[in-house]
Amino acid sequence: MPNNSKVQPPKAPLWARLTKHQIIIPIAALLALALFNLIADPSFFKITLNETSNGNKVLSGNIISIIDSGSELAILALGMTLVTAASGGQDISVGAAIAISGSVMLRVLCGSDSHSATLQAPIIVALLIACLVSMAFGAFNGALVAFFKIQPMVATLILFTAGRSIAAWINNNELPIVNDESFGYFGNYIPGIPIPTPFLIAIVCFIVTWLFMKFTSISLYVQSVGVNEKTSRLNGLNPEFIKLMTYVLLGLCVAIAAFIKVSRISTINYSVIAKDIEMDAILAVALGGNALSGGKFSMSSSVLGAYVIQFLTTTLYKFEVKATALPAYKAVVVILLVVLSAPTVREKLARLGKKLKKSKPAGQAA
Amino acid sequence: MLSLTSSEGKLKAPRSRMTDTNLLTMITIVVFVAMYLYAYFALQQGFTKPQTMLNIISTNAYLIILACGMSLVMITGGIDISVGGVTALVSMSCAVYLDMHGGNVYVAMLLAVGIGLAFGIIQGFLVAYLKIQPFIVTLAGMFFARGLTTIIHTNPFNVENKDFIELKDSRVTLPDFLGSYTRKGRFIPATIELGVVVALIIVAVLFVVLKWTKLGRNFYAVGGNRQSALMLGINTQRTVFVSHVICSLLAGIGGFVYFMHVGSGSPSHATGAEMNAIASAIIGGTMLTGGVGNIIGTLFGVLSLSLIQNIVSSVGLDQAWWTGITIAAMLCIFLVVQSIIIARRKKTNMKLAASKVPKPKEASS
Amino acid sequence: MKEDSLLEMRGIYKSFPGVKALQNVDFTLRKGEIHALMGENGAGKSTLIKVLTGVHVKDEGVISLQGKGEVHIHSPQDAQKNGISTVYQEITLCPNLSVAENIYIARGKGGLVSWRSMNKKAQELLDSLGIDVKANQQLASCSIAVQQMVAIARAVDMDCSVLILDEPTSSLDESEVEKLFVLMRQLKERGVGIIFVTHFLDQVYAVCDRITVLRDGQLVGEYEIESLPRIQLVSKMLGKDLDDMADIKGESLPTGDPNSTPVYEAEGLASVEGIGPYNFEIRAGEVNGFTGLLGSGRSESVRAIFGADRVTGGKVKIDGKSVKITKPRQAMAHGIAYLPEDRKRDGIVGDLSVRDNIILALQVKTGFFKPFSKAKATEFADEYIKLLDIKTASVNTPIKSLSGGNQQKVILARWLLTHPKYLILDEPTRGIDVGTKTDIQKLVLKLASEGMCVTFISSETDEMLRTCSRLLVMRDRKLVGELTGDQLTQAAVMNTIAGGEKNAEQQ
Repeated sequence: MPNNSKVQPPKAPLWARLTKHQIIIPIAALLALALFNLIADPSFFKITLNETSNGNKVLSGNIISIIDSGSELAILALGMTLVTAASGGQDISVGAAIAISGSVMLRVLCGSDSHSATLQAPIIVALLIACLVSMAFGAFNGALVAFFKIQPMVATLILFTAGRSIAAWINNNELPIVNDESFGYFGNYIPGIPIPTPFLIAIVCFIVTWLFMKFTSISLYVQSVGVNEKTSRLNGLNPEFIKLMTYVLLGLCVAIAAFIKVSRISTINYSVIAKDIEMDAILAVALGGNALSGGKFSMSSSVLGAYVIQFLTTTLYKFEVKATALPAYKAVVVILLVVLSAPTVREKLARLGKKLKKSKPAGQAA
Repeated sequence: MLSLTSSEGKLKAPRSRMTDTNLLTMITIVVFVAMYLYAYFALQQGFTKPQTMLNIISTNAYLIILACGMSLVMITGGIDISVGGVTALVSMSCAVYLDMHGGNVYVAMLLAVGIGLAFGIIQGFLVAYLKIQPFIVTLAGMFFARGLTTIIHTNPFNVENKDFIELKDSRVTLPDFLGSYTRKGRFIPATIELGVVVALIIVAVLFVVLKWTKLGRNFYAVGGNRQSALMLGINTQRTVFVSHVICSLLAGIGGFVYFMHVGSGSPSHATGAEMNAIASAIIGGTMLTGGVGNIIGTLFGVLSLSLIQNIVSSVGLDQAWWTGITIAAMLCIFLVVQSIIIARRKKTNMKLAASKVPKPKEASS
Repeated sequence: MKEDSLLEMRGIYKSFPGVKALQNVDFTLRKGEIHALMGENGAGKSTLIKVLTGVHVKDEGVISLQGKGEVHIHSPQDAQKNGISTVYQEITLCPNLSVAENIYIARGKGGLVSWRSMNKKAQELLDSLGIDVKANQQLASCSIAVQQMVAIARAVDMDCSVLILDEPTSSLDESEVEKLFVLMRQLKERGVGIIFVTHFLDQVYAVCDRITVLRDGQLVGEYEIESLPRIQLVSKMLGKDLDDMADIKGESLPTGDPNSTPVYEAEGLASVEGIGPYNFEIRAGEVNGFTGLLGSGRSESVRAIFGADRVTGGKVKIDGKSVKITKPRQAMAHGIAYLPEDRKRDGIVGDLSVRDNIILALQVKTGFFKPFSKAKATEFADEYIKLLDIKTASVNTPIKSLSGGNQQKVILARWLLTHPKYLILDEPTRGIDVGTKTDIQKLVLKLASEGMCVTFISSETDEMLRTCSRLLVMRDRKLVGELTGDQLTQAAVMNTIAGGEKNAEQQ
């Protein structure tokens, strides 16, 4: 009994210290999912080296599939985190913007003939043009938010509504197919490299982002604007410009995600491509423990959040949940996570814990 | 009665101006009327017949109901993006129940209401009492509803229940002057679907609730400033809860109205309905920041939205993508206009606040 | 519970994470008295009020009301039901509703609203209180003072036995404060107990019967107003004598070298807020100040210097060279620093850490592509935390959890870190404890002696007289006078503020 009381005090601060870091939320979720899979089916984690039909040796397995297909989401989460932090709102048009961006890319690659056998322009040109277009649309959203002071969700509702229509318009509702093999490398595997290319692209994005955050003051600026716009202005910042910039950066992320998405299948389906990805991206930010009302953010938590969502998706597929029914299960898990991390619930749990502790010694005394 | 004599000459009170809510509603109604007149005189075609407009209303009756609920939640300062999902879930559930289990139409109605209520109570509880962001909660709600729809039944199918077909095909005949004559001179009376009646009743009821009941005013107060509303003694949690319950309940009813219109169940039903509902509410002058909005405005928001789609397709822009683009353009224009109006009002208000320069404070010390 | 006491609070405890806001506090309100609740910022006044009104729930203690015995108040509705009505310092009304609605919402029985009778009743009430506003007007279109009066109208119209006024006078002008006092006395005669919280000692001695003093979350005592002279009240609030204040007085005030080139010089400066055009200059080592009534344009003048509002005209010279300052960024680049009037709105970045708040301005000045490392930032922060004696748990603590005075010091640190040539302090001492106030005044004088020039604004004239060697007097958004040397007396300042018309009347 006396021993017990000596051990307990250091335990509480450790827990408190741990829970203070917001990255604990996605890590806990990830661990829980991993544990669940480990118990249900340890072979979930098996990674094998297989040979594809054209003689490539590639890694495969559930984990590989998670890091592969989670790439677009993780890249989007980078931009979404910034947008959320600076403007206290979310961009719900990213899915539609991916459709536009992908459409532009195919338009440039295929030229006027939607089934041309050869590339009409180098891939890098297509990518750059797609980036510019996507950033322009980002700037449109950003301008509405920053200069017209429209709530982000509403402002981006415009592009959300129009995006897929614009995408169809760009290619005159045709579905161009890229016949060049090298274009497919970016969404699948580069010959000789066993790791899926999207994951490599995502890693490059993370590194660039990390360097960007390290060698610029973006983190301080964005958080400052997100928390208190008036103070930021009086300290020499330009809140409108910073907000605009975050939307433009998200536009860049969108273009890269679109590049991967289009490259995976070498074509596009305007109404299906990146469907509901905006919701997943926002969830990734929320799962990362970032306040959706803006302010402080943690980029790594968001990225981890994105992979948690992908992990969940893959797990559900594993249990043979139909793709269309997937959202229902996702919703339940999300609600559970959000409820458990809600401050009011935590407070109540803490109080309950205290009560239990109190009643315990009392019971022993009796 | 307490009394005080004013010690100094009164400053002229500024004349009372239109409230934000009324101003935004007025703009919407004017735009709608202008569009209708344009369609009537410049486009003619079907637009000269009242039945064309009535058909548009019939098709969008469910959207009116969804948008009403959405406005309510938005006025209270929240958002509900599960309404489209609930609509799809309701029509699928009712379809399966009626067709595969030989159900009764009235029980199906109860089922619709029950689904709505269940969503409302759970979402409302999570938002109001556990203080989770409404966006996340209702987003999950939408996912859940959509997923559940496909779990219940994967493929689209038409309902052939006899009672239901009868209900679906019944029309309300309107007074003669709205009717029209065919080329041969045969009179066709104007008709609307039952759903329109339901929608109009809901609009009327909600209008009364928002304008003349304490509950209704509490919605505005909570949306205007939640902290203040709490300090004024309003039970803000309950108010938010009720707003979500009503919204989801209306989504359930709207789902049944939609079901009556299409007569089938499909997982892809009412795709994007939540965004259309939000767009309608915004065009109708409801602001997502809360505290400002009007049900009549929302009604006209839905009508404007559906009218413009018809106008666009009848001026020859009939490719599918034009619909999306015009709605977005319209939304964009409305949002920018709203934002400019609000910014201007803020400026004049600030001038007003500053115009009355406070008197000596230091002088008293 | 005693016969004549309306409300008794016994042994109230309340703590927030890391802060013991109230410890064993007792409070008694008698029938028909006006009871001042005094204490420095952070003494626990607001917490006690919020416990009483149900915004916070007490940890321990008993609240009992006359005729009701012990009551449990968990929400503002509970408080209202128990006959406790409150007017808060910040306006807690809904801007999107009409004036009448704000008065009557969440009151009365029945579920329906009758607009006509509500507007009529509200208009009668407003007229009887001499509040010049239409009942059906949207609240947002009223001035702040009118909004505050509407809040008061609501509170007094409720059939309350306990009325709490938590610093209601900060946005009211003198005549409105007078009106409020008349009203308070009338209510007192009807037997209502009023708890009055204010920073203005004059107001306390004008209307109150009894004073309860809190300090550091603990009860200091309850006193009859006659038995507690001002000086004692102040020392009870502070828990120390006022020698510190005396220190400053008597020292010669820094004037700078009148023959040197002004560090900052403006000619015909005007801003979009309706200021100016006015001329202004300041030299190295000088401390001057803008004075004038609230709303006279003293804050707007310095905002124009810093480029915080859109500048509409004027020539500006820094060290004799013509420059253009239209944005805060440009002002900062020229070595100007500005500590704004409204700390919460314009000063702090609430969620961010003390460290981030301290380095913010310097980081912006240094540039986007040259971020400080975490170690460097911590070093800066630690240096100034020590220098200004900022009380914070660590550099990682969010600034919003610091007390008002320490927040102000952090913002001061932020600007000092940029090593400005010219420091503008707009009400740096508002709403902070007297200890910090004197610290800041001393610091200003020290900085000036080191060659910095400082513009100091305060609504407390004696504070200005203690620090400034030159006062610029503003009235109706115009510069109307300049006082130096022997002219710097309370009377002269008052006279200039009051202006020509008043003089003419007197003669």
